[in-house]
Amino acid sequence: MSFKTVERKPLTFAERTYVPQIVNGLMTTFKKMVKPNETLEYPEARPPIPEGYRGVPTLVKDPNGREKCVSCQLCEFVCPPKAIRIKPGEIDPTSDSAHVEKAPEAFDIDMLRCIYCGLCQEVCPEEAIWLQNVFSLSGYTREEMVNDKDKLYELGGTLPDKHFKWDQKKAAEDRGNAAH
Amino acid sequence: MIQPAKPDLVTVFIDGKEIAVPKGTNVIEAARMVGTDVPHYCYHPKLTVAGNCRMCLIELGMPMADRATREPIMDPETGKQKINWIPRPQIGCGTTVVPGMHVKTQSPMVKECREGVMEFLLINHPLDCPICDQAGECKLQEQATGYGRGYSRFIEQKNVKPKRTQLGPRVTLDDERCVLCSRCIRFCQEVAKDDVLGFVDRGSYSTLTCYPGKELTNNYSLNTVDICPVGALTSTDFRFKMRVWFLKQSNSICTESSVGANTVVWSREGVIYRITPRQNDEVNDTWMADSGRILYKEVQSGNRLKPTSDLKTSVAAAGSLLQDGAVAVVGSGRSSVEEQFLTAKLAKQLGATSYIVARHGEEDGLLISKDRNPNTRGALVTGLISDLPATELSDLSADIDAGKVTTILSVGEDLTAAGLSAEQLAKVTLVYLGSHANATSAAAKVIIPTLTVFEKSGSFINQQFRLQKFASTIPGLAGAADDRVVLDQLLADVGGASAGSDLPSVWAELSAQIPAFANTAYANIPATGLLLDSSNWSGLDFPEGESLHFKPAAAEATA
Repeated sequence: MSFKTVERKPLTFAERTYVPQIVNGLMTTFKKMVKPNETLEYPEARPPIPEGYRGVPTLVKDPNGREKCVSCQLCEFVCPPKAIRIKPGEIDPTSDSAHVEKAPEAFDIDMLRCIYCGLCQEVCPEEAIWLQNVFSLSGYTREEMVNDKDKLYELGGTLPDKHFKWDQKKAAEDRGNAAH
Repeated sequence: MIQPAKPDLVTVFIDGKEIAVPKGTNVIEAARMVGTDVPHYCYHPKLTVAGNCRMCLIELGMPMADRATREPIMDPETGKQKINWIPRPQIGCGTTVVPGMHVKTQSPMVKECREGVMEFLLINHPLDCPICDQAGECKLQEQATGYGRGYSRFIEQKNVKPKRTQLGPRVTLDDERCVLCSRCIRFCQEVAKDDVLGFVDRGSYSTLTCYPGKELTNNYSLNTVDICPVGALTSTDFRFKMRVWFLKQSNSICTESSVGANTVVWSREGVIYRITPRQNDEVNDTWMADSGRILYKEVQSGNRLKPTSDLKTSVAAAGSLLQDGAVAVVGSGRSSVEEQFLTAKLAKQLGATSYIVARHGEEDGLLISKDRNPNTRGALVTGLISDLPATELSDLSADIDAGKVTTILSVGEDLTAAGLSAEQLAKVTLVYLGSHANATSAAAKVIIPTLTVFEKSGSFINQQFRLQKFASTIPGLAGAADDRVVLDQLLADVGGASAGSDLPSVWAELSAQIPAFANTAYANIPATGLLLDSSNWSGLDFPEGESLHFKPAAAEATA
């Protein structure tokens, strides 16, 4: 094994007094004293959430108030930690959205399992599940940390819709039936 | 000239691969034998060929020969006989192989044909896979992915057809998803013999409907759901219950009658969602009755027997009761072969007479026989009974009245249904092994809760004396014990020699002691069943009449 002796330069006089280093350090201190604050008084003050942030997964309704989820169970299938549980159900045939046929009877997301990966949002063919900007959840029991369908809709609210797929479908059906 | 290898075999060339197939095979089946998939919708191996979906188009060619001299025309480049390809594609399902036939299943023309057919099928398809129960097992999904063009050029209005129609009590129809393959129509005509379905209107307005005033009510209607390649026909019972890709499949045997239809039980996390038929060309082809498909509901029925004490205590209590009195053992034609064997052993150890109760119902000549016990033959083969059972236990009834029997062990049989009165049951000490509560379990002194057929493994012997095995699908009800374990422990408690209750040990004993099972092990029973030698029981007058793939022995003898 070979080694090399490094020559150490002797300290200059200025360095030996430590004064330039102290002045340099204090300059940073005084600069920060007059600059505006960078920390937040969390939780009273909240940080701005950037677009595309992956917070708590939620279920959303379309602007007409129709629940968008049709319980196809693709999110349940794709969910890596198996946090999602869905019990599919049938929409009441007398309801306005009877032509959608299917809606979840129960929809649970276990937030102790969720890893906020966003695959559920990516896989959803109905754009019904969205990871929105809620990022802090807390509860006293494990049961509280499971978001059921009501909680998910409460968290999700209503999002704008680009397609109104099922409304278009119903309009096409009405048009077709009128032509017969 | 290419000579067939054997008289009944025809040599054909599929994508250049040479294969000898039986005479009368069509190109789809021949291609399947070389491992090539020819996509199709309307063709079904158990139905007549309709040839209307055009998905199985292939290119056909025959070796060239001089018309006048029949001399083969050789290709100087390859030194082989030239192939005369038909310039237009042909359907694979309707083309029977002939010697020397050449088939192309992967040529550019075939590929284009498939893309064209897929495009036409998809233009009026509602694309509602998220709410369609067929998603995951849909031929349209699979073949659009495998053979479709991948994008749509259709910008016009889609057709509108009836949706959510109840075709019958068990089948829901969505006409927009229908690809007009006519499999369901042919099934109703040819197999169920209940010709109620048909197409009305023409062209793109063609619609599947029921004959006016009729319904698809026959007991085989759910087979149309199985054979529907798309989501047009769906089961009302299974509608929106669970996506198929979550379901685990286990092979089982239908317990409805002595036909022993082969089934697949679909479950997820200990809950059964549906039962579908499993192909067995010797027993049920690809069909099964609707009434057999709802039997899974017994697993979660409200009258399941739940344990009140642990197994050891109840078995010990039962054992001491059985050792005290004059015992009769009522076994069951619903028990598996293994359980009947252990029941017979137990009866022998106790010196008791053993009975089973016959159950008779209407037979339909197809897949439901008169004998509604799935395993009457098993009781004969294992020696539990020596003669055909009766529907009423009149001998036992007389013995009780005469005081010759003071204790009865019933393996899942309701004795009041077999002709014993409540007073007679009150006179004897009853030990009941079973999964569900009934009048007998209510009168029993000791109840040992056991498992349903979906929670345990075993085998049945059907009307053809075919030994067929079934596997447990879901975990058993908490605290309920496997019948085999209970019978084995009872046997040990009353002083019998127990050789273990697991399947290999029971089968080691079975193959050693029962001549019909010589050299048979449970693991070696093939998926299609094992036909046993039935000559020992040929003198018995079994109740079954003729049904699919079954002729009664008496009829066979006269024929």
